[in-house]
Amino acid sequence: MAVLLIAEVTDGALALDATAKAVTAAKQLGDVIVLCTGASAKAAADEAAKIGGVSKVLVAEDALYGHRLAEPVAALIVSLASGYSHIVAPSTTDAKNIMPRVAALLDVMILSDVVGVIDADTFERPIYAGNAIQTVKSTDSVKVMTIRTSTFDLAPMGGSAPVEAIATGDNPGLSEWVEDKVAASDRPELTSAGVVVSGGRGVGSETDFALIEKLADKLGAAVGASRAAVDSGFAPNDWQVGQTGKVVAPDLYIAIGISGAIQHLAGMKDSKIIVAINKDEEAPIFQVADFGLVADLFVAVPALIDAL
Amino acid sequence: MKVLVPVKRVIDYNVKVRVKADGSGVDLANVKMSMNPFDEIAVEEAIRLKEAGKVEEVAVVSIGVKQAQETLRTALAMGADRAILVNAADDVHTDIEPLAVAKILKAVIAEENPGLVIAGKQAIDNDMNATGQMLSALLGWSQAAFASKLEIEGDHALVTREVDGGLQTIKVKLPTIVTADLRLNEPRYASLPNIMKAKKKPLEEKTAADYGVDVTPRLTVVKTTEPAARATGIKVASVDELVAKLKEAGAV
Repeated sequence: MAVLLIAEVTDGALALDATAKAVTAAKQLGDVIVLCTGASAKAAADEAAKIGGVSKVLVAEDALYGHRLAEPVAALIVSLASGYSHIVAPSTTDAKNIMPRVAALLDVMILSDVVGVIDADTFERPIYAGNAIQTVKSTDSVKVMTIRTSTFDLAPMGGSAPVEAIATGDNPGLSEWVEDKVAASDRPELTSAGVVVSGGRGVGSETDFALIEKLADKLGAAVGASRAAVDSGFAPNDWQVGQTGKVVAPDLYIAIGISGAIQHLAGMKDSKIIVAINKDEEAPIFQVADFGLVADLFVAVPALIDAL
Repeated sequence: MKVLVPVKRVIDYNVKVRVKADGSGVDLANVKMSMNPFDEIAVEEAIRLKEAGKVEEVAVVSIGVKQAQETLRTALAMGADRAILVNAADDVHTDIEPLAVAKILKAVIAEENPGLVIAGKQAIDNDMNATGQMLSALLGWSQAAFASKLEIEGDHALVTREVDGGLQTIKVKLPTIVTADLRLNEPRYASLPNIMKAKKKPLEEKTAADYGVDVTPRLTVVKTTEPAARATGIKVASVDELVAKLKEAGAV
């Protein structure tokens, strides 16, 4: 059986980490055909072709797909759907926007945030903010799903799949792009970073969040935040780690001034090593931390920056 | 214009979830249930649009068990005008899948003719994040998921969306489906007088069969398990000890 994998392409660039991890999951289901779409997607397609285990890359280049609006991209995917047993994508906000639309157009259920592939019909996915793992068997003819990439390894590079341009679809004319506000950053991308330093409500202010950023920069890390920190305006929403934010599983996760609500743990508890710094020794974050330090973060973090 | 807001009764945000010993699911008997937090945000946004004179009526709908009446009364107490309960399950442990919910909502919309649907982006029980997008697909409408800002202007809406890299603003044709993200607004608490008043607001009861929708699940739950627990960690006494441990583990 063949799997159609929707690559994550933003402004012409392939999100290699997310896509290559989704390939690892998809490879267990059959031949992997990757679709790259965008106003420009050829370069992304050439890069995707190098991911090991990819059989073919389809590229649909059109201004219509430039901003990954759900309606035209879903229509394109549906037009390609016949012949595939599975249609999958890494669980990015784009895929979460587009894939349920694809599923409904095909009259099938969506399988969101798949963390385990048991067989071609049976999958594991987290529910209740990861407090339970559900194994579900799909009776649908085609499985439409998003893959939680933090639980799959990167597929190795070194492939050389053929790249084929395909016809593009019509504009449904339902929505139009107005603007993107993307914060430019030299830091690694949050979901693929090897080290993540996150701050919570305990950091106290947007100004003091600079301390979290300073430690992150010392470690070459991405910066994350708890929902409480985002709600309090200390950090932007796209830094949010948790049930309703991003899910990360870096080699090292340092939680600073984060109490450890279950909704936050849902986004980081699969990290390899977790460090917690919090002045409240009863904070639930210490229950998942490999190394816990009960201390005032304004003393401990500068000392940590100096010691590293 | 009328706004329709679907709301879901879910386990309360603060309740610790317990997986049943026989692996059949999560124990929902005798636990506190509340309105899904994202749906509260959706209800709040609809009420604000009414207060701003952009819409005339806010109708709320819930699909599930009879007890979802309480959830609908909460929405009415916040300021919604009218409620519809679609009885689709008898057992509180039955979760109606987003696809079936979307099909029922499509049928409700055919009767109600709203110009706008505001839904929560995700229910905190099944974490599917799908109903709004699926409904939009079935109706052939535009969709604006994960909204942090919504403005209605004539025959379209301007919506700022929370996306991985930051924010994206799109312009969607009405009628449309908007799904609410956390920062769209901060929902109000219902006042006691409004809770009393809500008891007199109309609440219409229907069944899934009234709309001819088959709610048989497409996904069969094989089992539900606790996630693997992490090994117990240690407390370190100082920053120096922390750095030593991290070096030992090869983490820095």
